[in-house]
Amino acid sequence: MAQKVSVDISRRGGNSLDGAQSCPGCKELLSPGDLSGNSMVCPHCGHHFRMTARQRIELLADPGSWSEIAGNLRSADPLEFFDLRPYPDRLEEAEYETGLSEAMLTGRARMNKMDVIMAVMDFGFMGGSMGSVVGERFWRAAAEAMDTRFPLVVVCASGGARMQEGILSLLQMAKTTCAVELMAEAPIPFVTVLTHPTTGGVMASFATLADVIVAEPGALMCFSGPRVIEQTIKEKLPEDFGLAESNMDHGQVDLIVPRTELKDRLVQILGLLEGGVACALQPLWEEKTRPAGRRGAFAQAFDRIKALANAPWRSSQR
Amino acid sequence: MTELKRLPTLPGVHLKDEITKISQRLKELGRGRHLDKAVWDKVELARHPKRPYTLDYIENMFAGFIELHGDRCYGDDSAIVGGLAAYQGRTLMVIGHQKGRDLASRTKRNFGMPRPEGYRKAQRLMQLADKFGIPVMTLIDTPGAFPGIAAEERGQGSAIANSLLCMARLNVPTVAVIIGEGGSGGALALALTDRVLMLENSVYSVITPEACAAILWKDSSEAHLAAQTLGMTSADLARLEIIDEVLPEPRGGAHRDHAAAARILKDALEEALRELETMNPRLRKKERFEKFRRMGVWKENGLTLF
Repeated sequence: MAQKVSVDISRRGGNSLDGAQSCPGCKELLSPGDLSGNSMVCPHCGHHFRMTARQRIELLADPGSWSEIAGNLRSADPLEFFDLRPYPDRLEEAEYETGLSEAMLTGRARMNKMDVIMAVMDFGFMGGSMGSVVGERFWRAAAEAMDTRFPLVVVCASGGARMQEGILSLLQMAKTTCAVELMAEAPIPFVTVLTHPTTGGVMASFATLADVIVAEPGALMCFSGPRVIEQTIKEKLPEDFGLAESNMDHGQVDLIVPRTELKDRLVQILGLLEGGVACALQPLWEEKTRPAGRRGAFAQAFDRIKALANAPWRSSQR
Repeated sequence: MTELKRLPTLPGVHLKDEITKISQRLKELGRGRHLDKAVWDKVELARHPKRPYTLDYIENMFAGFIELHGDRCYGDDSAIVGGLAAYQGRTLMVIGHQKGRDLASRTKRNFGMPRPEGYRKAQRLMQLADKFGIPVMTLIDTPGAFPGIAAEERGQGSAIANSLLCMARLNVPTVAVIIGEGGSGGALALALTDRVLMLENSVYSVITPEACAAILWKDSSEAHLAAQTLGMTSADLARLEIIDEVLPEPRGGAHRDHAAAARILKDALEEALRELETMNPRLRKKERFEKFRRMGVWKENGLTLF
């Protein structure tokens, strides 16, 4: 279910570079330089401010290594959705405000020289909501990971499914899940980073289906938003409800990693997972390096092309 | 008509009395917006308290049914029922959301809103079916997954996600039927299937119209308008190719004749299974993936793709 997650305005650190602001964690007054020089983390108390997708790419990808995949996809308006404003208006405004084409950017990148496929969500773009484009970009990122055999890293930040695309948004949960299953069959290492906030349809699909789930300190992660729960059970929620630390206590995430260490830890995790994949494939490789006759080499190449052509993620080219 | 206007009986849904209904209509008329009454009638029919629920269909469709309980981790969620049924010379795994009719049973069934253990029970049963090559049928009828603290602590999101993954993975034929309310992720969690059928007066949506109105219109009394805009009726969903087939209901709605509704469902199930069972299992699974891969509408290089 899509829901609005109430986000303290002060957490919108990513967008407010115009002046000093006080940290919601320790009330210390921070200049924009203090924050951007420290990965948008308060140098005094470690409070993690929200990051835009571009800042996130800058944080995780080696300089100059990012190249976008599926950047030409844009949202359509299949339901001709009109609430207080038409959907295309809202899209246009989000594009203008964030400078992004959608709530998720996908691309190839290198992290400490390791090749990866990366998908990064931005809460600033219509609450990071998942519509058809986010689903399709996720699929293409997964397909790219399977084609290249590079691992997939997804940084999640989302209020849930995008209401303006109605049922089509809901079905993106099913679509992304199918992509995860194809990656699992490959197998492609798949790691998600849950950042503030990750909720709703994203939480109930790819975000929690990763091989390793990493959370950022203090980030909210839940299926139903706090307000919805409060209204349903008519009780005030505990202060740590749905936070990364509480999810850790309840066994819902693998580890909490402070942002300043995020890149190195991700590379370490991916390296270990890849090590596993390499071990599993070792006998195959050895077999393949055995000297083969001319006919054998041809047959092998033919099998490989055939296997690639029949690969499930390739089969439904539009 | 007075029967149709019975109040929705779910929590979280604001009970509106006739006065607010009428004033709502007047407000709409005043604004000159065209409200299609038929859409809201369908929402109310889908939530009709006498509408047949999963156990009603099971009782009317199958001679032998053994309900299986528990997720083997935490508990047994009564908002989802499941079990084995004998069906025309074969065995079928039937899993569905279950609502209650009176106060006691509604409370027991948690108004059809499952907790994580419900989805984990469903996964366990689906894996059991897969092991023995038993086709799976799911019946969808929930306002949504339960929003509660304990449910979140036990991983509501991951339970739904893993239910989806489990359904994607199944090698047996799978059929889902939306029999009432298809409420958001809590409904979809059981509907990633080879065939998705929908009873004529059911609804299936990303969010309840009430919640959508509260968020986008900042006024939950705009639910009628939200329902219409969201496109949640069977006709809307057939047009978007989200569902494979709309099943007609007995005259006046499924609540008028449970047995007739069950017959319709049984015939449709038979047809779907006959088709699916003749397919090569690998091809069937591949087609399932391709079907969900096609879901979505977007623009690529200026072209709108459906």
